[in-house]
Amino acid sequence: MAAKRIAVAKTYKIYIGGKFPRTESGRYFPLEDKDGKVIANMCRGSRKDFRNAVVAARKAQSGWAKASAYLRGQILYRIAEMLEGRREQFIAELQQQGSSKRAAEKEVDTSIDRLIYFAGWADKFQQVFSSVNPVSSSHFNFSVFEPTGVVAMLAPDDSSLLGLVSNIAPAIVGGNSCVILGSERKPLCAVSFAEVLHASDVPGGVVNVLTGFRSELTEYFASHMDVNAIVYCDGGKAVARTVQELAADNIKRVIERTRVDWTGTEAENPYLIRDTQEVKTTWHPIGT
Amino acid sequence: MATPENKLAFDGGWGYAPAPESTDHIQVKKRYGLFINGEFVAPEKGSYFDTVNPATEEKLSRIADAGDADVDKAVAAAREAYRTTWGRMKPAERGKYIYRIARIIQERAREFSVIESLDGGKPIRESRDVDVPLAAAHFFYYAGWADKLQFAFPGRTAKPLGVAGQVIPWNFPLLMAAWKIAPALACGNTVVLKPAETTPLTALKLAEVCRDAGLPPGVVNIVTGAGATGAAIINHPGVDKVAFTGSTNVGRIIQKALAGTNKKYTLELGGKAANIVFADAAIDQAVEGIVNGIFFNQGHVCCAGSRLFVQESVADEVVSKLKDRMETLIVGDPLDKNTDIGAINSRMQLEKIESYLKIGKSEGGEMHQSACRVPKKGYWCRPTIFTGVSQSNRVVQEEIFGPVLAIQTFRRFDEAITKANNTPYGLSGGIWTDKGSKIFKMTQSVRAGVIWANTFNKFDPTSPFGGYKESGVGREGGLHGLDAYVKLGV
Repeated sequence: MAAKRIAVAKTYKIYIGGKFPRTESGRYFPLEDKDGKVIANMCRGSRKDFRNAVVAARKAQSGWAKASAYLRGQILYRIAEMLEGRREQFIAELQQQGSSKRAAEKEVDTSIDRLIYFAGWADKFQQVFSSVNPVSSSHFNFSVFEPTGVVAMLAPDDSSLLGLVSNIAPAIVGGNSCVILGSERKPLCAVSFAEVLHASDVPGGVVNVLTGFRSELTEYFASHMDVNAIVYCDGGKAVARTVQELAADNIKRVIERTRVDWTGTEAENPYLIRDTQEVKTTWHPIGT
Repeated sequence: MATPENKLAFDGGWGYAPAPESTDHIQVKKRYGLFINGEFVAPEKGSYFDTVNPATEEKLSRIADAGDADVDKAVAAAREAYRTTWGRMKPAERGKYIYRIARIIQERAREFSVIESLDGGKPIRESRDVDVPLAAAHFFYYAGWADKLQFAFPGRTAKPLGVAGQVIPWNFPLLMAAWKIAPALACGNTVVLKPAETTPLTALKLAEVCRDAGLPPGVVNIVTGAGATGAAIINHPGVDKVAFTGSTNVGRIIQKALAGTNKKYTLELGGKAANIVFADAAIDQAVEGIVNGIFFNQGHVCCAGSRLFVQESVADEVVSKLKDRMETLIVGDPLDKNTDIGAINSRMQLEKIESYLKIGKSEGGEMHQSACRVPKKGYWCRPTIFTGVSQSNRVVQEEIFGPVLAIQTFRRFDEAITKANNTPYGLSGGIWTDKGSKIFKMTQSVRAGVIWANTFNKFDPTSPFGGYKESGVGREGGLHGLDAYVKLGV
């Protein structure tokens, strides 16, 4: 009888600027399955990791915003292709972290479909929301959306893949870059999704993924002066207050997404893209 | 280019005769109460403050100072009106009330213009041709939205928020009131609005208009007072939405104060707009644009083009022509129809501007002011430019809110963009060039909410206005301005 093969366990790392470093802090937190067996030692991301990620996100943002809408749409579609190809892996990870097989399948399939959904909006949301404004003076005047910039995100804790994808997709399809803190309780999919992104023509730095303790990192996400908007999911009143207070330091846009049913239409509409867009209005005289 | 030989002597033999707008048809009461629940009432504590004419330092009227109890009453009146009349009214009927307000402002336009100039110091030419007509147009525009909101938000139903608490600044008193009140009412909200303490009169006149329009009591409430009154409105638990226009520092305090409250808010904050002139611009037009950008309304404009960037090859020409043009600007009596630059709004603001002039010089900037005469009484500041300044100078970085322009040069396109974006603000920007492709590249690269290309300081009710970055949150005006006053349901 042949000896049983030893499986190769994955090292789960964080994703900053298109690279997979370990946390600079050297800290970790063990993720255990329901029997108390350690599945992985996750990076316990630090303030410095976050700041590095913001630097990467800022660097990547203007280039990403300049990419054509068609290209951004194709890249989001590509993410869906890559996720489809690794469907089984994500189902397994979700099951490892406590999901039933059926629930895991549904979550992965919906995540793939959600990416396709937002990929399709890339070259359409602008047409729905922009306007030509009939001003009274002799000027041509129009308003369009532009990305808000760098978006910090605290992903939902329970919907560790679908919730993550449903926040990243509407932000980046509109030309923002982001730094997202994955689910603390179920952190595996955030890291594996970063690997999907890495294989999907998403330029490094457009999406940065951290793992760690939300209670420790929230204040850094909310207060960073080079972050333009913060999206936070769940967390209760105390978190809401902290985030909103600190966000005021540089007048961040604050987007709260609590008690969202990530499986439903609530998580699938262009108003989620609009949350991290700015209206820009341009005037030009009409004359000879 | 102008030389001493060919320069026109604008202050030569032919002076301008005085052309003052008449004030005999204006009714300003000696004392104003608070407009709560459809009538003017005395403040609970009985305290009043003066509003003065900044051009003469003479008292115009006594204005009620609203305390917490008064704000309570106003919010309760607004809530009751929302619950019983305004929130339930057929949208088309709401619209008709708002149309009425627009019409009455048009009918009383001259009176509004004169009072605006008396109370705030702005030239009558501007209050008559810009502030008041735009205020009327704003009501007219949003009136029509009242029964069409389902088309503004595809796939969503727009519902009113309830009571809007609104705090506005002193630079465009009536116009800012219109920007705040018109969309709020169109979307079915009721309003408690506080005008600035130095310019309360036109808002109180607007209260008369609301009353004369037959607007149900409590739909619009105007409470006057200073910062404490504003804070009482913003922190009031009965307020569902806060709209503020003012400085970034106060905006920050408000955003913090609203943390954890579920109140929706829009903030229209400070700016330090870059006005960028390329060598291929129509230089004379650009000079007019620079003047309009920084000297319009004494520079008391959040979107003022207070940082000028001129391409190096034309810098001497532009600055020389600008200095010539500055000499022609008439500073003085706001009520004179020839006046270009009126009075600084208040002593406090004048002191702030003057402190920046000192700072600018002490940091090595070269200051130039026009040689015009200014009246002895009142608050005045000559049109001022600084050259020889750099990005780190405070007059380049900080919002002065006066007729003070900081001029820098650039060589390359990218350099202009980098310098223009090197600010925490992002409200507006200007570009002057005859090359279309450059305009589009510029408008895409400058991080600001409003870009004026070959024009500056233009406003329209249909045109959304508001900032990126620390210049604020949300938009006012246009279709996008509706968003601030609705909650969207499926």
